[in-house]
Amino acid sequence: MKAAVIVFPGSNCDRDVAVALTRVVGVAPAMIWHQAATVPDVDLIVLPGGFSHGDYLRSGAMAARAPIMRAVAERAAAGVRVLGICNGFQVLTEAGLLPGALMRNAGLKFICRSVRLRVETADSAFTGGYRTGQEIALPIAHADGNFFADDDTLKRLEGEGQVAFRYLSNPNGSAHDIAGVFNRTRTVLGLMPHPERVMEPDHGGTDGEALFKGLMAALG
Amino acid sequence: MSVVIEPAVTPELAAEHGLKSDEYQRLLDIAGRVPTFTELGIVSVMWSEHCSYKSSKVWLRTLPTEGPQVICGPGENAGVVDIGDGQAAIFKMESHNHPSFIEPYQGAATGVGGILRDVFTMGARPIANLNALRFGSPDHPKTRHLISGVVAGIGGYGNCVGVPTVGGETNFHRAYNGNILVNAMTVGVAAADRIFYSKAAGLGNPVVYVGSKTGRDGIHGATMASAEFSEDSEEKRPTVQVGDPFTEKLLIEACLELMATDVIVAIQDMGAAGLTSSSVEMAGKGGLGIELNLDAVPCRETGMTAYEIMLSESQERMLMVLKPGCEAVARAIFDKWELDFAVIGHLTDSGRLVLKKDGVTWADLMIEPLVSRAPVYERPWTPTPPSALVTSDEVPLPARPCDVLLRLMNCPDLASKRWIWEQYDSQVGADTIAGPGGDAAVVRVHGTGKALALTTDCTPRYCLADPFQGGAQAVAEAWRNLTAVGATPLAVTDNLNFGNPEKPLIMGQLVGCIQGMAAACRALDFPVVSGNVSLYNETNGEAILPTPAIGGLGLLRDARRRVGLGFVDDGEFVILLGETRGHLGQSLYLREIHGREDGAPPPVDLAAERRTGDLVRGLINDGLITACHDLSDGGLAVAAAEMALAGDRGAELVLPIGVDPIGFLFGEDQARYLITATDSSPILHRAGAAGVPACILGTTGGSVLTINRCNAISLAQLRIVHERWLPGLMAGAPSAAGSGTGGAAPGAIPVGSACDC
Repeated sequence: MKAAVIVFPGSNCDRDVAVALTRVVGVAPAMIWHQAATVPDVDLIVLPGGFSHGDYLRSGAMAARAPIMRAVAERAAAGVRVLGICNGFQVLTEAGLLPGALMRNAGLKFICRSVRLRVETADSAFTGGYRTGQEIALPIAHADGNFFADDDTLKRLEGEGQVAFRYLSNPNGSAHDIAGVFNRTRTVLGLMPHPERVMEPDHGGTDGEALFKGLMAALG
Repeated sequence: MSVVIEPAVTPELAAEHGLKSDEYQRLLDIAGRVPTFTELGIVSVMWSEHCSYKSSKVWLRTLPTEGPQVICGPGENAGVVDIGDGQAAIFKMESHNHPSFIEPYQGAATGVGGILRDVFTMGARPIANLNALRFGSPDHPKTRHLISGVVAGIGGYGNCVGVPTVGGETNFHRAYNGNILVNAMTVGVAAADRIFYSKAAGLGNPVVYVGSKTGRDGIHGATMASAEFSEDSEEKRPTVQVGDPFTEKLLIEACLELMATDVIVAIQDMGAAGLTSSSVEMAGKGGLGIELNLDAVPCRETGMTAYEIMLSESQERMLMVLKPGCEAVARAIFDKWELDFAVIGHLTDSGRLVLKKDGVTWADLMIEPLVSRAPVYERPWTPTPPSALVTSDEVPLPARPCDVLLRLMNCPDLASKRWIWEQYDSQVGADTIAGPGGDAAVVRVHGTGKALALTTDCTPRYCLADPFQGGAQAVAEAWRNLTAVGATPLAVTDNLNFGNPEKPLIMGQLVGCIQGMAAACRALDFPVVSGNVSLYNETNGEAILPTPAIGGLGLLRDARRRVGLGFVDDGEFVILLGETRGHLGQSLYLREIHGREDGAPPPVDLAAERRTGDLVRGLINDGLITACHDLSDGGLAVAAAEMALAGDRGAELVLPIGVDPIGFLFGEDQARYLITATDSSPILHRAGAAGVPACILGTTGGSVLTINRCNAISLAQLRIVHERWLPGLMAGAPSAAGSGTGGAAPGAIPVGSACDC
C-alpha cells in the first residue's frame, strides 16, 4: 500500500499518522505540501489532524480550498481511498467530499479523552480490520467535533450504511452519536477520533492499529 | 512624511517609566546627556525587575547550576542538559501572572507562546508543555472566570501549536485572590551539537527579523510585570499581548527548517521588552554594536514610532544574526511558511545601539554599560519567624479516617483536576506515555527507547510558614515525583513568584526559599539550569504566598522500565517506604478538617530523601516495584486512594500497632513513597540494607479501600467525591465553592463520629 499525507500549514498530527502508517506498512508515506498541484500515485491519501490555517474562519474551511484539494477530489472520484482524521474530517466536509459539518462541541470546550466507539460496519477498506458491532476505544482531541447534518442527510447516511463509527457515550453533541462517516461508496472516511494515537501498548491502547492494518489488507 | 516629535525627557517622565531617581541618574551618567524618549523607554524596560532581575540576582547566583549533565545553565533562553546519545533536553519555566489576571485567555495563551519560543529558539523541537497554576479562593467572585479563561488560553495555544500539555498542578488559596499565578514550562529535544545561542558575532552580519508583524500591543508589559497591582489594574489591559498560535506553529517549523541548514550565527526570541531586549542582549553578549533601520521592521499599523516599535511585545517574532550572503536561503524558507522576513540591520564594531527611522537617529547608546551597570540591589530582608510544631495530641479528637479521607479527596487542592486537563491535548506527537494525573508525565524522546519524566511542584503554604524548608521541599518533591516513575532526575527550572521585594519580610521569603532550594539541589545533584523570577505579585498591598515553582526533568534511559501510580493487580503487597512521624503542621488535614493553617511545615531531611529515592529508583529499574506514588499533600491515605482510583482496584490496609492513626494517615512527612510489589521480601531486604524504614500495610484487590477494617470506602464513592468538585465549581454549584484554602466553610462531606480503631 502506497500512501500520501497532505500537510497544511497548521497540521500537527501529520508526523503521528506518518509514524503509524510506517509502522504498519513498512514504508514511509509521501508528505505532500498543500500548495502542490498533484498527488503522487498512491492507494491512500490521508488528511491529518491539527489546526490547518489556525482553524480561522471555520475549522477546515481554508484548507478545503488549498491547491492540493483539487487533486485530492479527483483522486477520490477515481476511487482512491481518502482518510480524514479530526481536522482532516473537517476539511473533507468543507470540501464537499463528505456530507455534514463539524460544529463546536455541545459543551463549548476542547475535549481530550479516550472514548468508546462502536464500529458500525466492517465492510470497508477502512474498517475491515474490525468486526461489525465491535466496541473500541480511541482518543478524541477537538473543540469542533459536533457532527451535524440535516434530517434528510442523516436518514440517507443511516439508510445507506454510511455511518462508520458511533460514540457509545456522546461527548460532543454529534447527531445520531456519529463519530465517523463514509461517502456513498465507502472510499472516503472522516472520523473525529485519532486512531494513530493508540497504536502500541505504550499509548495506553492499541485499538487504532486495526484501522491501518485493515487498509493494508484491503489495499495491499 | 509626518514629523514625529518625541516628548522631552524629564525626571518625572523617567519616574513614570518606573525608573527610580538614582536609576535615572545612572542613565544620565551612561548617556552623558539627557536621553531621548526612545532611549528612556528602552532603558526603563531593560532595567525593569522583570528583565534585569535586579532584586533577585545576588541570590540567584547562590543556586547550584553545574553538573556533568549540564550543557548550558542559566543565562541563555533556556537550560540545556545532556540526555545521552548525542541528544539534549532544553527546558524552562516562565510566569505570565500579571497579564493572566488582567486578561486570562490571552495572558495564559501568550505565556505558553513565550516559553515555547524560548525553547525552540535554541534549536529544540518542543515535545511537552506543563504548567503550574494558583488561583484565589474558589468562592471569590473572580475565580471561576479566571480558571475558565486561563485553562482555555493554555489549551487554545498549546493544542493549536501541536505540543502536548502533559502535566501540571493547580492550587487554590485566598492569597491569590488578586494575583493569580500562571507559570508555563516547555521541554524540547535537540541534537547536542546543534544548539543555538544568542551571542551575536561577525562584524557587518545581517540582523534579520522574522515572524509576525509588530503592532502596538504589549507596550510596557515588562514594566507592568514589575509593579504591584491596585484597583485600576483593569486599566492595564492594553499592555496584554494577543497570541496567534497558528503563526507560532509556522514559526516553529520555519525556524527548525532553517536551523537544519548552516546559516544562523545567533538567534533570540522577542519576548518581554520585544525588539529591545533581543537586540541589546544579542549584541551585548557578543561585545558588538548593532544598528537597526526601523523603517524595515514589518509593522501591523501605520505611523508607529521608534519608541513603539522597540517596546512592542507583539508575539511570535524572532531576531537572528545570519552568516553573510545567506539571506536568500533563509528568506525562501520563511516565504514558504508565509512569514515575514526582513533584514533590519547589521552588527557594528561601535559597541553602540543605534536606531534609525525616517532618516532620524532615535537612539544612540553604548550597550555594555547598560548591561554591566544595570542596577543590582541587595535588598534588606528579615527572616520569617519560626512556627511552633503541631502535635497530634493538641488537635481535637480525630474524626473517622474514612470521612476525613473523603473530605480531603473532595477539597480544592486534592480534588481531581480532570476538568482542566481534558481541555489540553496531552497526546499530540503520539509520544506521551504517561499523561496528566500521575506523579510525573512521561514523554518518549521520539524515535528512541528513552523518555523524559516531567513535573511541576511547589507547596506554597510550607514556604510561607518556613521559606527555607518550603524551598527545599519544592525541590525534593519534584525530585521524588521523577523518581516515582523510575526516572533519574537531571535538572531543575524554577519560577520564583513572590510579592514586593522592597518589603523586608517578602525579601526574606525569597532569600529563604532560594537557600532551601540551593541546599536541596546540592544534596540531590539536581542543578538549576534555567528560571524566571516574578516579583511584585501583590494587589492593594496583599502579597501572594511565596511560590517558588519547580519544574523538574528526569531521564528514563529505558522507557519500559517505568511504573505508574495505579494499582496493577490483585493480591500485591502495599508497602510504605520512608519514615513516618505523623507531622501535622501545615497539613491539608489541619486546614481542611480543622480550619487551621498554622504550625511548622514538615522538615526536609535531604539525606533521607536521597537514600529513599535512590532505593526506590533502583527497585523500579530492577523491576521489583509494580506501582509507586510519592507521598505529599494529604499524606498516606490520600496517596493510597489515588493509587486505588488510578488502578481501579481497592486495597485492604492495616496500620502498624500503636501509631496515632490520624498522624500516620494524614501527616505530611517527607521522603516517603507508597509502592506495590508482587514479592515483598526483596523490597524489605534492600530497604533494610539502605537504612530506609519499610512497612507492609496490606494487599491490593477488590473495589473497596479499607483502612483498619472499620474504615471502608467503595472506589465508586471515592471517585464521585474526587471527580465532582471542580466540575461543580465551574458549573456554579454553591456547595463546591466553600471548603479549604483558609475559608474553612463546610464541604459537602460530613465528618462523622470519632474512630474507634
